[in-house]
Amino acid sequence: MREIYLSGYNNFVLPFMFGMIFVLSWCVIGALRIIIQLPGEDRKKFFLSLINPKIMARNVRDWFCDCLFHVKLWKRNKLLGYMHSSIAFGWFMIIVIGHIEVFLYTPQRVHQIWYPIFFRYFVAVTESTMKGSFFFFLMDFFLLVVLSGIILAIIKRVRSRLFGMRRTTRASITDLIGLYSLWSIFPLRLLAEGFTADISGGSFLTISLNNVLHSFLSDQMNMLPTWWAYSIALGIFMCILPFSRYMHIPAEILLIPMRNAGIKVTHARKGIAKLQVHSCPGCGVCIDACPMSAVKANIKDTTVYLNRQIKRYNESRIEEISDKCLLCGKCTAVCPVGVEGDKMRIAQRSIRKYNLAPSYANIDENLLIERCNKFASASNKNVSSGNNQKVIYFAGCMTALTPAISRSTTSILRKAGISYEIMDKDGGICCGRPMMMAGRLAQAEEMIAKNTAIIKASGADILLLSCPICYKIFKEKYDLEGIEIVHHTEYFDRLINEGRLSVNEGSQRYVYHDPCELGRGCGIYDQPRNVVKAMGELVEAGKSGKESICCGGSLGSLTLSFDRRKALTENALNNLTIASPDTIITACPLCRSTFNRYADRPVRDIAEMLDEATMKRKR
Amino acid sequence: MSIFGFKISPSSAINLDKIDRSRFDKLCSIEPDAFRCMACGSCSATCPAAEFSGMSVRKVLHCLQRGKEEEAFRMMSNCMLCGKCTMVCPRGINTRHLILSICRIYDKEEKK
Repeated sequence: MREIYLSGYNNFVLPFMFGMIFVLSWCVIGALRIIIQLPGEDRKKFFLSLINPKIMARNVRDWFCDCLFHVKLWKRNKLLGYMHSSIAFGWFMIIVIGHIEVFLYTPQRVHQIWYPIFFRYFVAVTESTMKGSFFFFLMDFFLLVVLSGIILAIIKRVRSRLFGMRRTTRASITDLIGLYSLWSIFPLRLLAEGFTADISGGSFLTISLNNVLHSFLSDQMNMLPTWWAYSIALGIFMCILPFSRYMHIPAEILLIPMRNAGIKVTHARKGIAKLQVHSCPGCGVCIDACPMSAVKANIKDTTVYLNRQIKRYNESRIEEISDKCLLCGKCTAVCPVGVEGDKMRIAQRSIRKYNLAPSYANIDENLLIERCNKFASASNKNVSSGNNQKVIYFAGCMTALTPAISRSTTSILRKAGISYEIMDKDGGICCGRPMMMAGRLAQAEEMIAKNTAIIKASGADILLLSCPICYKIFKEKYDLEGIEIVHHTEYFDRLINEGRLSVNEGSQRYVYHDPCELGRGCGIYDQPRNVVKAMGELVEAGKSGKESICCGGSLGSLTLSFDRRKALTENALNNLTIASPDTIITACPLCRSTFNRYADRPVRDIAEMLDEATMKRKR
Repeated sequence: MSIFGFKISPSSAINLDKIDRSRFDKLCSIEPDAFRCMACGSCSATCPAAEFSGMSVRKVLHCLQRGKEEEAFRMMSNCMLCGKCTMVCPRGINTRHLILSICRIYDKEEKK
């Protein structure tokens, strides 16, 4: 390798250098601001995580798997995964190999940061070394990989269905500028290197292009304009990057270690919330996932648009979007970068100003304790002797509207010989989750404190819940010191395994609907399925488990009225009945009553079905 | 004066001319559903807060309309936003959003 120009500089590097310095300083200042905005405790946690080898190993793995290989998109759709990883990984390799070339052949140029980018312009090939041709081949190969990705990206703009996406995001004007400049960078690089390949050397792609170009364009002066164009395209892309969705490229690099450090969204706009907003790549995977997008008018209320409006500080739209959401958490489950759409929305709701604030100080918990602390008294007919497990059953508000569930649950408990007490037979205090979903965290905390006192005073060992909405907040926010919190599906599965319930297997076909709060919220997928399998044949819905579709009845949405939820429920029902089951089984009182309104076949809670299928155990 | 265990209840007459209806009108402009309430009482029957503060969305609307705001605030003070009233409302009124709107529009201090 021999250098052509002594200075190692040409004016065409200026657009690139300007863009590079701009984007680097933007990102460094932004990263520092986000770290400063973190609460002190979180900041400490973040810095400590950086010196923890285990977390650091996970960071490195995630950087490669998420940022470069886009593993989550591969799992979604092969073509979509290839498109993203070819551009990201291909570009990364071009940058890395470019630097290796500079280190090997012109180490005196290492401090000139444009040198690896425009390497072929500044050097001339001498006696072709094996190493040179090896790196030339790699460079051409990865350029081809990137170009194939860009061709796929262009096809995706026209036919996104080929990539497994029904709907994609409508690009904003800055996104479009970024998109077109990104698309033009690599063909221009190929052209520039093609013009220079007879001097600088090249491989299968650039040399062949050089031969083609020379057959009708013999003028060497075409070289400089193409290098200028390449540099300008790079410059435009980097200047527009902070204002477009491509900000996700640098933002995700910071988001991954913060996520692995376990930092949670606390402020609506600052710190990690801001980072998540900027990490949103606008890919639109959340649009197809959102249960609300069954109605076309709701498409603009998905997480990708929430992030866009937060970037624009469009307060009225932020409020509209965050209040409409059902908080089913599916966008969080499918998001390839880990933007937490549900938590972001609760955070937006929590900064709302209210003049009136409910307070529960007047509620006398002793009165409520008295109703349910009967484990001590032997006269309680529900307490059977010789049983060490004491279960306190909190049915929850929603179960109060579907009394069949609580009736069946207590009946099953009696059959299994469990001593139990109902906590809210004659009314009680709400678990606090609906209040928390509305963003009124202080009020929710008050309710949590009241309920905690009641449960602790009851003397129970196990807190049994029927409602996944309650279950989630009990698991996450309550500190019950030694009292086990179980959902009835978990508990039934355990009772069957322990042989305390004998179940008659029938011949019916059942489909199990994963309630949002139980599945995505608490990760319980297998236990309810085990129970259903014990009762009959289990068939799966079109989308189930992590991608199950919200029933549409969720308390998460503040503004969706009932008439506007019908289409969402029908969409979820169509998904459930794909395998034509006889009965739809769910484990959430809210799902049950919502589905029941529009379903063409019986919708039952798992407790009701199990109660019918069990007999009293003979002793 | 309660010799017989009874007493004369205070007058509950309301002079509608003396009531400041501006906030109720504002509420109705945001929540047109407020007028759809047919006072069936389903919300009163299901409310878990009714036991503690006598909460009932039906009564709250009734009180606000008649300017008895203090009473409405007292009832609402134990609302847990659990959503049972929304579930049972035969008119499909989004009561949770209605309650949140009341919390935003009305103010205890402003009350004369």
